[in-house]
Amino acid sequence: MLRFLLDRDTWQEVFDSFNKNKLRSILTMVGVWWGILLLIALLGSARGLENSFNRMFGSFATNSVFIWGQSTSKPFKGFQEGRGVNLTLTDAKKIEENVEGIEFVLPRSQQSVTINHGFLSGSFQMAGDYPLLDQLQKKKLIHGRFINQNDIDDRKKIAVISEDTYKQLYEKDEEAIGTYIEINAINFKVVGVFENGNVNMGPSSALHIPFTTFQQIYNKGDRIGWMMITGKPEFNIKQIEEDTKLLLKNLNDIHPEDQRAFGSFNLGKEFAKLTGFLIGMQFLTWFVGIATLIAGVFAIGNILLITVKERTKEIGVRRALGATPYEIKRQIVVEAVFLTLVAGVFGIITGGWILIGLDSAFGQGDDAALVNASVSIAVVFISLIILVILGTLIGLIPAFKATSIKPIEALREE
Amino acid sequence: MLKISQLHKSYKIGDSSLHVLKGIDLAVEEGEMVAIMGSSGSGKSTLLNIIGMLDEADSGEYILDGLPIKNLTEKKAAVYRNKFLGFIFQSFNLINYKNALENVALPLYYQGMKRKERQELALFHLEKVGLSDWAHHLPKELSGGQKQRVAIARALAANPKLLLADEPTGALDTKTSHEIMAFIQHLNDEGKTILMVTHEEDIANMCKRIVRLRDGVIMEDKKVIQERAEQYV
Repeated sequence: MLRFLLDRDTWQEVFDSFNKNKLRSILTMVGVWWGILLLIALLGSARGLENSFNRMFGSFATNSVFIWGQSTSKPFKGFQEGRGVNLTLTDAKKIEENVEGIEFVLPRSQQSVTINHGFLSGSFQMAGDYPLLDQLQKKKLIHGRFINQNDIDDRKKIAVISEDTYKQLYEKDEEAIGTYIEINAINFKVVGVFENGNVNMGPSSALHIPFTTFQQIYNKGDRIGWMMITGKPEFNIKQIEEDTKLLLKNLNDIHPEDQRAFGSFNLGKEFAKLTGFLIGMQFLTWFVGIATLIAGVFAIGNILLITVKERTKEIGVRRALGATPYEIKRQIVVEAVFLTLVAGVFGIITGGWILIGLDSAFGQGDDAALVNASVSIAVVFISLIILVILGTLIGLIPAFKATSIKPIEALREE
Repeated sequence: MLKISQLHKSYKIGDSSLHVLKGIDLAVEEGEMVAIMGSSGSGKSTLLNIIGMLDEADSGEYILDGLPIKNLTEKKAAVYRNKFLGFIFQSFNLINYKNALENVALPLYYQGMKRKERQELALFHLEKVGLSDWAHHLPKELSGGQKQRVAIARALAANPKLLLADEPTGALDTKTSHEIMAFIQHLNDEGKTILMVTHEEDIANMCKRIVRLRDGVIMEDKKVIQERAEQYV
């Protein structure tokens, strides 16, 4: 078989029969070309969209849920409904100890503040945070550093501000690190400036100060604003959310069926929806692409069937001259595979061009809709293998048709 | 060389069957040149097809060069055709997108001969039919007589034991027919066994033996004095 494929005559035969009816062969190949072009362009775009989502969420621990206290909606254990619920550090500790599958529990506090720096001032959302935040919600620091454990232990009056905050409080090109800003009339030293994120999950903060400093200044004691809970990757974040709420209700004497005592935002759930959407889109892409491809391959089979009918006499002559049925079939199958493969390769190349075009149209800049729209080499190879298989299968139909006619019938003079 | 005895063949047409060959006995020696004659429907083409292994008899015996031809698979038939038989058709049956040389080389291709050898041998046979200058022309660029000569070269290429010709001059004018016949006679002079189907008396008289068929039986089988075709050319 290999010798046959490497034989110059084999290809001579293929080219001869291609040349014999160029226009028709080319029109036939358009179907397969279009199918594979669609497949490549769609898969590449889907990948670009996925990449762009990943870039948005990449800096985020997506298996997370935010929980905060609201007020009760059911009376319980002698307490009336409408009681305010406050989360505490003790709650956070208990959750970390008792709920299964927890990776981190991160308490946070937040407050609106007024900041002065020189003659410039503004109103901002300030958060008290642990260094851990930098892990769960990656802060890209342009200058300086994020809060560290030392700051927490010593309750240092330092602040990490966002790029936007910096722009509002400082002159252009002014050095911020090491300078002081006045937050609600208390001086804080700026130790870092971070880049504004693409997406803000949960309440956004214009600046962060050490959690312990926040608690002390605002006299919060044990009470915290809200907490971010991250589950281990193998655990279902929805289950963790439920377990946590149940535990919190227990700890705070709240009716187990009280739905309004705690507010929450399940990032994992939202992210799963998005991932599901992406998977659905990829599935659709493969489905459409392969369906188009099959239609194209069928067109090739159909044309070959017509060609075989036209060549009945020629095939009869060949058989009279000593061609075995196997040799005839083999030749027709090779023609089918050749046509599909050439059309496929052209489709891959033009699909690549479309992706290059998409990339230059939609793939540039920070907020690009498609990031690195491309297909992997594996996909290209899989498509080629599918083409060869489909080409072979479809080639078998005209091949068997060709040899089902007896040479004597094929040769009969009309 | 060739021995046929009690050969029967019938075709099914709808519910009835048509008995085409009704017990043919025929023996052909090496070096003979036999014309099979008969009106249409006499079974002459069917006989040639069976001899050419393009069709199979219902019953009877067919021995070619000591080899019984019976229950052949398609593959085996193809190999035997390639090895033992050369075909010449009325309408030449050249492959129209291949040039003369490639057409002649085709049986050698199916023998598995290497490209270079094959082309040399094909060119040698083209030279024998006087068309080496036309080796790279397509059939449509050749005249009818030239086409038939290419077809003869092709039939000879694999050096077959038996040459089968089905109305070889049927599509040619008288002058060209005589040229072709002169050519076939030369091949016979060189020792090639030739079997041809024709319905033209003058062509049949250029053979050495005439077998007449009517309604599926041999009516007459006689040796004739060969009329040389050269005298008409």
